[in-house]
Amino acid sequence: MSDKWRLRFQKTGRAVYISHLDLMQTMQRAFSRAGYRLKYSEGFNPHPQISIALPLSVGTASFCELMDFRLTEQADPAELPARLNAALPEGIEALEVYEPQRKFAELKWLRIEGVFEYDDRDPVRMAAALRDFFASESLVITRRTKRGAGETDVRAAIREIAFAAEGEGVCLRTVISAQEPTLNPELLAEAARQLRPELAPDFAKFTRLETCDREMGLYR
Amino acid sequence: MDKRLERILPRVQKPARYTGGEYNQILKDKNAVELRLAFCFPDTYEIGMSNLGMSILYHTMNSLDFVWCERCFAPWGDMYAEMKKAGLPLYALESGDSLSEFDALAFSVGYEMAYTTVLDMLDMAGLPLRSADRPGLLPLVFAGGTAAVNAEPMAPFIDLFVVGEGEEMNNELLTLLREAKRGGWSKGEFLRRAAQIGGVYVPSLYEIAYERDGTIASITPAGGAPEKVTKRIVEDLDAAPFPTAPIVPSTEVVHDRVSLELFRGCVRGCRFCQAGYVYRPIRAKKPETLIRQGIETLKNTGYQDVTLLSLSTSDYRPLPGLCDGLLDYCEERSIGLSLPSLRADNFSIELMERLQKVRKSGLTFAVEGGSQRLRDAINKNVTEEDLLNTCRIAFAGGWNSVKLYYMLGLPTETDEDIVGIAKMADQVLYTWRQYAKNKNRGVKITISTSCFVPKPHSPFQWEAQVTTEEYLRRVNLLRSSITARNVTYNWHDAETSLIEAVLSRGDRRVADAIERVWRDGGRLDAWTDYFSFERWMQAFEACGIDPVFYANRERPSDERLPWDMIDVGVRREHLVREREQCYRSALSPDCRHQCAACGAARLLKGRRCDE
Repeated sequence: MSDKWRLRFQKTGRAVYISHLDLMQTMQRAFSRAGYRLKYSEGFNPHPQISIALPLSVGTASFCELMDFRLTEQADPAELPARLNAALPEGIEALEVYEPQRKFAELKWLRIEGVFEYDDRDPVRMAAALRDFFASESLVITRRTKRGAGETDVRAAIREIAFAAEGEGVCLRTVISAQEPTLNPELLAEAARQLRPELAPDFAKFTRLETCDREMGLYR
Repeated sequence: MDKRLERILPRVQKPARYTGGEYNQILKDKNAVELRLAFCFPDTYEIGMSNLGMSILYHTMNSLDFVWCERCFAPWGDMYAEMKKAGLPLYALESGDSLSEFDALAFSVGYEMAYTTVLDMLDMAGLPLRSADRPGLLPLVFAGGTAAVNAEPMAPFIDLFVVGEGEEMNNELLTLLREAKRGGWSKGEFLRRAAQIGGVYVPSLYEIAYERDGTIASITPAGGAPEKVTKRIVEDLDAAPFPTAPIVPSTEVVHDRVSLELFRGCVRGCRFCQAGYVYRPIRAKKPETLIRQGIETLKNTGYQDVTLLSLSTSDYRPLPGLCDGLLDYCEERSIGLSLPSLRADNFSIELMERLQKVRKSGLTFAVEGGSQRLRDAINKNVTEEDLLNTCRIAFAGGWNSVKLYYMLGLPTETDEDIVGIAKMADQVLYTWRQYAKNKNRGVKITISTSCFVPKPHSPFQWEAQVTTEEYLRRVNLLRSSITARNVTYNWHDAETSLIEAVLSRGDRRVADAIERVWRDGGRLDAWTDYFSFERWMQAFEACGIDPVFYANRERPSDERLPWDMIDVGVRREHLVREREQCYRSALSPDCRHQCAACGAARLLKGRRCDE
């Protein structure tokens, strides 16, 4: 039997403010509280062998996080989620545990939902204008990265995108590239900020809904 | 979550410290409790969540089913600015509710530099700063912690202080507050009744009169308040509540591990050390209790490290057995065990050899004084021989970094003592040359000095602090005495120490200056990022407070001291005697060798000190 497992979990509510690094630590402790012993790497500075498929930005919620880990002992995958949930902080919930069949590299698309909040602009007009704006062939923005200023075509990393007025804001549903290239959904709002400031929302937040492969099949 | 908060959080550093929601936090139905208490720590989340006292009292107060105690910390500068901009009041982490909805605010104040942050948190909660400007019973503002042994500088702001250990006292107080809330008592009536609870000090019930020279003429209690408020203690630490399911922060804090408290009090009696006197009598926990609580806490938290806390770990008699018991559990689970506050002796180093199998980091010794004469004068019972012996074993065992801590400005210190610090570092270096296992890695010897701050309830409570100029002269003397390349010297600035000296032995009149500093923008003064010496000096000037009067003046031993209404157990005569011993450069035997009848044992009813 394998010692390598994949955990699908969600991160919502107050837990969205836990950073990627802190999440690794939190997970490690949750496993320990649940009575599981993670396998450690060999070497001078041993660390538990856990890896998260797509690091999540602080503030973004998710219903589709994936984390691979190894245990030192055999475990029943059916039992793992409930035991982990009893040991996880508010907002992080284990959904299922299974033997991974596919490599993280096969993960390509992310289905995302978001809200653009406008404090004193009409959401219906904004939704229409955003639709037009994102209909462009390309939306090139400049970004400051570790390697200095760079240009990114936001549009090229969007597979589909739709906007609809909802309450005080505009709800967006989109499919964006998760890897090669990686598009942080916050750049959707940033594109408006740089290229069409009148469309820039007063606040934007996002939720990851689903992970998909190259052919838009469900990636697990 | 509040919409304003939701917009702020993505913009600030480390937002997870402002959200609550951690594992083991205590949630209750706010409509099902009678008292909502905000437990406020006047520093950042990372500091407050590392505080064992806070963790203990969070759980003891929540053990009352009519109370929901939540946590509140001071926001860092960026969050503070965002909250001000958005008009967001201070809120408690568990519920996210604004502090204005609470029945009581309890502050844990461990150090003087937190005073301005207390004021800031009151203001951010929407409350008037001064007790007299809050006429209603609720919210009650009370405070405890080590700073309560001289509550005077904060007296005008705080409704009452809890002096000593809060495990039992806080719950008695909250029970009385419930009665008051139910019965619709006035604030005055409640405070008079509260003053009858042992350990409760209600400053508004004490009138202070001053002499012409500014010293205190009299302290007069009113309304039946006791002349002396005697510190509360927990007699039996094995039976005392200890949280084995503490909150596990979801973001990194300073001490991110299981802390086990070996004992309270200290047998050593170093004359400069306030903690060594105000935490007496000595009460140890049984190793069985500690092992059980340690394992339980590890299971409930998932932490990978345990640390043993006390003022002097080597003085815990069953230390070997305790370490064995904990290591039995920890070793096979790769859980680390660390022991701070070890003495420089052979046993300690063997123990450390055993604990630090992989990485041999640095050794730290608090030597305090540069000559045997001075160490005798301050009753710091460490000899140069002990230190060098320990270094010899450590260097032979592969350690290659030593930190030596000293204080400058201790009573009776001479230039010869200061030069002695550099000589001692040379001796340590020489020892390394002789015994080091691997000389290729080099050695790092670090000397650190801070400026001595005389503290209330210690034998040096009457002493003058050296002036900042004199401290700097001594720093420069030491600097020029250090010649070896491998010895680095760090010194703490004298400015913070001067402010600490004014605040720690200040009286009620100092409160005006604290308020003034806050009004001029002071908060989080314990952080060099925010501390401003000029702001403090200007506030002293504006409020007619002479820092020299409080910090640099030697007080006659018959002077009335601002904290004379607080009795921590140790008798004044004992402190006087210890001070005289200092001037004779004479050691006093430690408590185990010979009990000096300091007086703290009378706080115990059913057992003996250091039993």
